[in-house]
Amino acid sequence: MTLTVATTTEQLPAAARPAHAARRDPRAEPWLVRAFIIGFAVLFLSLFVVLPLLLVFSSALSKGIGFYLAALNDPEAWAAIRLTLITAVISVGLNLVFGVAAAWAIAKFEFRGKTFLVTLIDLPFSVSPVISGLVFVLLFGAQGFFGPWLMAHDIHILFAMPAIVLATTFVTFPFVARELIPLMQEQGSLEEEAAISLGASGWRTFWLVTLPNIKWGLLYGVLLCNARAMGEFGAVSVVSGHIRGETNTMPLLVEILYNEYQTVGAFAIASLLALLALITLIAKTVLEGQIVEGQQSRDD
Amino acid sequence: MSGASKRSALPGFGLTMGLTLTWLSLLILIPLAGLFVKTTELSLSQFIGTVTSPRTLHALKLSFGLAFAAALVNLVAGLVIVWALVRYRFPGRRIFDAIVDIPFALPTAVAGVALTALFAQKGWLGEPLAAIGIKVAFTPLGIFVAMIFIGIPFVVRTVQPVLIDLDAELEEAAACLGASRWQTVTRVILPSLTPAILTGFALAFARAVGEYGSVIFIAGNLPNVSEIAPLLIVIRLSEFRYADATAIAIVMLLTAFLIIFVLNRLQRWAQTRALAIS
Repeated sequence: MTLTVATTTEQLPAAARPAHAARRDPRAEPWLVRAFIIGFAVLFLSLFVVLPLLLVFSSALSKGIGFYLAALNDPEAWAAIRLTLITAVISVGLNLVFGVAAAWAIAKFEFRGKTFLVTLIDLPFSVSPVISGLVFVLLFGAQGFFGPWLMAHDIHILFAMPAIVLATTFVTFPFVARELIPLMQEQGSLEEEAAISLGASGWRTFWLVTLPNIKWGLLYGVLLCNARAMGEFGAVSVVSGHIRGETNTMPLLVEILYNEYQTVGAFAIASLLALLALITLIAKTVLEGQIVEGQQSRDD
Repeated sequence: MSGASKRSALPGFGLTMGLTLTWLSLLILIPLAGLFVKTTELSLSQFIGTVTSPRTLHALKLSFGLAFAAALVNLVAGLVIVWALVRYRFPGRRIFDAIVDIPFALPTAVAGVALTALFAQKGWLGEPLAAIGIKVAFTPLGIFVAMIFIGIPFVVRTVQPVLIDLDAELEEAAACLGASRWQTVTRVILPSLTPAILTGFALAFARAVGEYGSVIFIAGNLPNVSEIAPLLIVIRLSEFRYADATAIAIVMLLTAFLIIFVLNRLQRWAQTRALAIS
């Protein structure tokens, strides 16, 4: 109902001046087409995106808040939350350092094969998560390249935390670099060159000139990287071994509980992950505003 | 990499480039190369036998076919959604704009269980659909729905900036010259959007082909019916048939790269065409 109201009020000025009715905005569609397009967009997004999200929270709370909290306050749930947080901190930290280094090399210097390097950095995006896990099974599994050696030395990588961290880092590899490269390319290196010519060291220039300029973009990349790191399922599922209370991350625990028909428990953990996604989206929207503002104040 | 520019007065090229290449090689390139080394354990006839076995072929066809169809749906729906978001003002527009990113931000396992519960026999949508005889969960149709879900953001987000920046004068000129609105949209606006549309399509397609988490819950996972290729890789791994798993992975990777390469070419062709128009 509200939709039709909105479209008719936009039509009003034209209707109020019948003499100029022929001079309608050439870029506007008839109101029927307009209503159909808006209606389709709203309906499609509501059915495919809003409903599943609502269902997560409604299922998690279907037996009351007490049951919900009890499902979360479970040793297995805590172990999964802990593992997920540790994995995310390590993976995001590694990719943060890599992302800044890669962006510095790519945005501040000219060299041959740059486009190719950027394509390689983006590679993990076009690889199935399952394959991202598979490559580490091939390296560290019992039949893998390093498997026998690792077994002889009693080092556990596969079906333990190291492989979970590796797979997560692989999958989240491009996020930070991808955000920073276009941002730093656009900003150019005039400010840094000025600092260097005034005698500042490379590190000092980076901390005092570059970092303040890229901080919002950096945060944006870290945010997206973190969301993916905490939510990764396919790659981690392949390398985790699903050892209860030990190698289950939150998404893996969702799967296990769901398959055991512990619906409330599964959706309780899922609701935490959904909440993380929502917070990420809100923070992302705020940051996008900051990045645009930062660019504008630099341009002034 | 010795070709670093002499023009740049900034330090740190050696350090950052060294770090980048080392990290890239250790984490991404060497593990991926291992994939190709592993397949050499199979002879060519064994490799062909593995990837052309009926079960594998079915899984590959299902993954690629449904991903293509889902990306097509995303293309059409994405265009309508992006048009509504960019060209019209309606209550809740900003919220719906933000909502588009949810499939990207929501962990795939969460999306998987949510979609399954939604479309299951007694689910919010599953029950009314069952009443008219449509079964979604645990059928290939369920896989299709999950693939549509995860592909929603791609076309919208690639086309959105282009549509926002589109020169209004172009459309006005077309209208002044007597073009109908439909002609303006199909002959002036769409060609300018085509490169972005193709990029979005390729991204949605690539994502759907490899998708695992949001699909396996709703799929039903019956061999030769609703078993996707990534799941077959996982099954082969759990049977310790590493080389077989790797062979399927290689076919998936190469086919996906080939399709993305073709789409990239198409996109470049569309770009030069779009430039010629404007």
